[in-house]
Amino acid sequence: MKLTDTPGYKVIKTWLSSKGYNPFAFQEETWSHIIDGKSGLVNAPTGCGKTFSVFLGALIRYINQYPDDFQSAKKNGLQLLWVTPLRALAKDIGRSMEEVFQETGIPWKVGIRNGDTDTAERQRQKRNTPEVLIITPESLHLLLAQKGYPELFKPLQIIAIDEWHELLGGKRGVLVELAISRLAALSALQQQPLSIWGISATIGNLEEARDVLLSPLKKTGIIIRAKVDKQIEIKSIIPDEIEKYPWAGHLGIKLAEKIIPIIEESNTTLIFINTRGMTETWYQTILSIAPQLAGAIALHHGSIEQELREWVEDALHTQKLKAVVCTASLDLGVDFRPVDTVIQVGSPKGVARFLQRAGRSGHRPGEMSRIYFLPTHSLELVEAAALKAATKSGTVESREPVLLAYDVLLQYLCTLAISEGFRADEVLQEIKSTYCFADIQDQEWQDTLLHITQGGFALQQYDEYRKVEIINGVYRITSRRIAMRHRMHIGTIVSDAMLKVKLMNGKFIGVIEEWFISRLEPGNVFTLAGRNLELIGIKEMTVTVKPSTSKKSIVPSWMGGRMPLSANLGLMLRKTFDRALHTNSGEPELLALAPLFQLQESLSHIPKENELLIEHIETKDGFHLFVYPFEGRLVHEAMAALLAWRMSRLIPITFSFVMNDYGFELLSDQPIPLDDSNAKELFSTDNLLNDITQSVNSIEMAKRKFRDIAVIGGLVFQGYPGEQKKARHLQSSASLLFKVFSDYEPNNLLLRQAYQEVFDQQMEEIRLRNALDRIVNGEITIQFPKQLTPFCFPIKVDSMRENMSSEQLEDRVRRMQQQLL
Amino acid sequence: MTAPTLHMIRNHHFWLSPERVLFWEEEKTLIVADLHFGKTGHFRKSGIAIPQSVYQQDLQRLFHQISFFKPENVIIVGDFFHSLQNKEMDFFLKWRNDLRTLPFMLIQGNHDILKKDWYSNASIDLVDQHLSNSFLFIHDEADFNGPDELFVFAGHLHPGCIVRGTGKQSLRFPCFYFTEKKCILPAFSHFSGLALIEPKKTDHVFAIVNQSIMKLK
Repeated sequence: MKLTDTPGYKVIKTWLSSKGYNPFAFQEETWSHIIDGKSGLVNAPTGCGKTFSVFLGALIRYINQYPDDFQSAKKNGLQLLWVTPLRALAKDIGRSMEEVFQETGIPWKVGIRNGDTDTAERQRQKRNTPEVLIITPESLHLLLAQKGYPELFKPLQIIAIDEWHELLGGKRGVLVELAISRLAALSALQQQPLSIWGISATIGNLEEARDVLLSPLKKTGIIIRAKVDKQIEIKSIIPDEIEKYPWAGHLGIKLAEKIIPIIEESNTTLIFINTRGMTETWYQTILSIAPQLAGAIALHHGSIEQELREWVEDALHTQKLKAVVCTASLDLGVDFRPVDTVIQVGSPKGVARFLQRAGRSGHRPGEMSRIYFLPTHSLELVEAAALKAATKSGTVESREPVLLAYDVLLQYLCTLAISEGFRADEVLQEIKSTYCFADIQDQEWQDTLLHITQGGFALQQYDEYRKVEIINGVYRITSRRIAMRHRMHIGTIVSDAMLKVKLMNGKFIGVIEEWFISRLEPGNVFTLAGRNLELIGIKEMTVTVKPSTSKKSIVPSWMGGRMPLSANLGLMLRKTFDRALHTNSGEPELLALAPLFQLQESLSHIPKENELLIEHIETKDGFHLFVYPFEGRLVHEAMAALLAWRMSRLIPITFSFVMNDYGFELLSDQPIPLDDSNAKELFSTDNLLNDITQSVNSIEMAKRKFRDIAVIGGLVFQGYPGEQKKARHLQSSASLLFKVFSDYEPNNLLLRQAYQEVFDQQMEEIRLRNALDRIVNGEITIQFPKQLTPFCFPIKVDSMRENMSSEQLEDRVRRMQQQLL
Repeated sequence: MTAPTLHMIRNHHFWLSPERVLFWEEEKTLIVADLHFGKTGHFRKSGIAIPQSVYQQDLQRLFHQISFFKPENVIIVGDFFHSLQNKEMDFFLKWRNDLRTLPFMLIQGNHDILKKDWYSNASIDLVDQHLSNSFLFIHDEADFNGPDELFVFAGHLHPGCIVRGTGKQSLRFPCFYFTEKKCILPAFSHFSGLALIEPKKTDHVFAIVNQSIMKLK
């Protein structure tokens, strides 16, 4: 079928022209594949019509079906399922879709389904299904937990997965894969063709991203690339004075004054901060140094009340704000036209993330994206130089899909068992059709089924394990209480236990992680959503607070947002250090850092691209070994454990270790046995897996991984409103469960998964292996500096951070710096 | 199991076992806290698959300790059973039948919520507290408001201690926690968490490290 000849195309084209738009080539290409019933992946940056590429295609297809009466109301049922990772995106997308319906006279309805959708609206959607449903992966699974869901999805024609690159690398991506496998099987059963379209920003493995998504269809799909050339201007904010002993966590704020002129000269500025905790500090700081901005600057992060977040988003659209301090919460989604400048505070940890953030500014065709990089310690300036180089050469990270996530599988099987039940052989075929579970072994599948039906080891006649029952060959959950508890559980993939924060009069302020608040005493003051709040008490899942005028407050440091440096950026960094001493490189960042580099070179050494620097330093704390592989915190943690374990086999010795994205430190009370004679052996990949498993740390890491797995797999019950009291006897911590399983059921599926995740994700085994290979095949330079060096200083400071308040830390670091200079 | 460790309180001999029980030599009494029997069953009934071997081994460990010390009395300072009745408790009853003649006294803990006749059926003497010599047995020492000269034995807390190594290493262990006037017993059940204690200089802490008792201070 030739697209331009179809009635649908004519309607849509006319409508676009009436608004003064012309379809982009990649949109027309997508449309022509959609009307042919094909599936695929659209690769386009935000803000250039990617939503319309798939959405208008669905409309054209519909009009082509009913060329004469597409404008008259019909009971179509669900036609288009629009999966989006963020709730916040749903409203804006829905709004722009509705606009199209109104102006073209297509009588479709849009429904939004996520955690915020109220019961009345859900009921309405059930009675009168909208043609378009905008939904999060979790809510999609909740629909699969409803009796009669096959009926709802019967008329479905297209599933669109927006921002697929965001979902792909995590377990939420597995949720999407499993849901697609079910819906694809349903459509095959009814011989109703189903198209699947992913929408993704540029990542290193687009082909794989498409294959993961389309795997259940057993068809290959097309990738459509939007050829939108984007100019990006990157500038670093360089401190007036370069600290030769840098440390993370204080410089950023000191540079705050430098961004005021940038904000004032720009139309609207987004200021990206890596952690939610720091956004609060930045917001307060900007207000205190530039009070004239009061009312024109706002705060946006995931813990802020939804209403306020929406207000900020609206105000961004309507250009009421000069600047917004935000986290990854504004990474995604619809574009805010007025935004013409972005400031990135601290390392963006990866090239893709940096480009995505840069792209949030100036996205009208022909406009330039402008991003400023503000370092939080002076060494980070090197990263700016590395990012510039990476942007030039177009090296972007891949997102690795999650494989064999048994916790998600257990959750999914229980979901199906609640609604319609499932037959083992049928669902196995569907599961095997996904990319995630394509390689599931028969034994593992049997273990999975046994886990949900019999619950592992039991004392036969004294056991009352009850979850999934097999009734006439169909796996079902019949207990209403277990079903209800399971529904509450779907959607816990994302987070730690979050508590609501409310004022005494019940006004909702935001949410906060349990582990943070549990460390506070009533009377303590903390900051949330830009306000200082005094803790009154915690009851069940609610934290009661009152406003405080106290000047001192504790800013919560959230666990989220602590992404490790990507391998890509690590490589670019090593290359950049290689150039560091060539002052003729002309790069302003490297020029500014010259004094630091000279000090590093005179005390120790600056490593070349293919060289690993190791520093032995003795201080009154003991014997330090600093190693700089530039591979990101996670790989460093594994490497430190590996090294510690291998050395402990040479002589009896114990270590503690600390790492950052550039390197790690081993500290011991006796000299550390690493020298030129054994260095390469210690970094060897021989016996890697065995040695890593032996190192104590893999247990600790697995314990941490197990926390999420136990929650997703349904072992840890987090409780829900109104049920806390009854549920109290069912509570146990994930760390206790980890211990119990390790001692009593070491072969447990979820326990095994925890270790697997440690290897695959936590230690990034492949990356660790590559890094070790590189080290062994490169040069190792061991230095014995007489004092701490600029490179090791930030790591050293991080090691002191844990046991000290920020003020104590600041004082101590200052004293250390004075002693060293 | 290594040999029990002796700890004297007011000239009485108390033997600390790494299997988390205390034997009082003068009175031939075994003192145990927080066994939480039936906890795995309670979880399993709700669809949470805790391996039941934890419970099985807890029962076996208790039996071994009784065979080893040959007590004439057993005092449980609370939380013998975890929650409502379930089939796991029948397993206990079967086992209890074999030791019919050994008196069990249970100081009622917050988890002991079974019906009164269940306890009498199981030949368990259910009391609020128990006084013997100048020793008082209660569940939660925070509820104690008796005369000053008494020495208190209690459970409830599930005390644990941190053992710090060089270079910021630390490990957690369950422990016996003695202050001048009280003893908090470790939770007997292996399916129980730890509450970290902050001992004073005058306190004594005995950590249970694998199969042995380690005096920390």
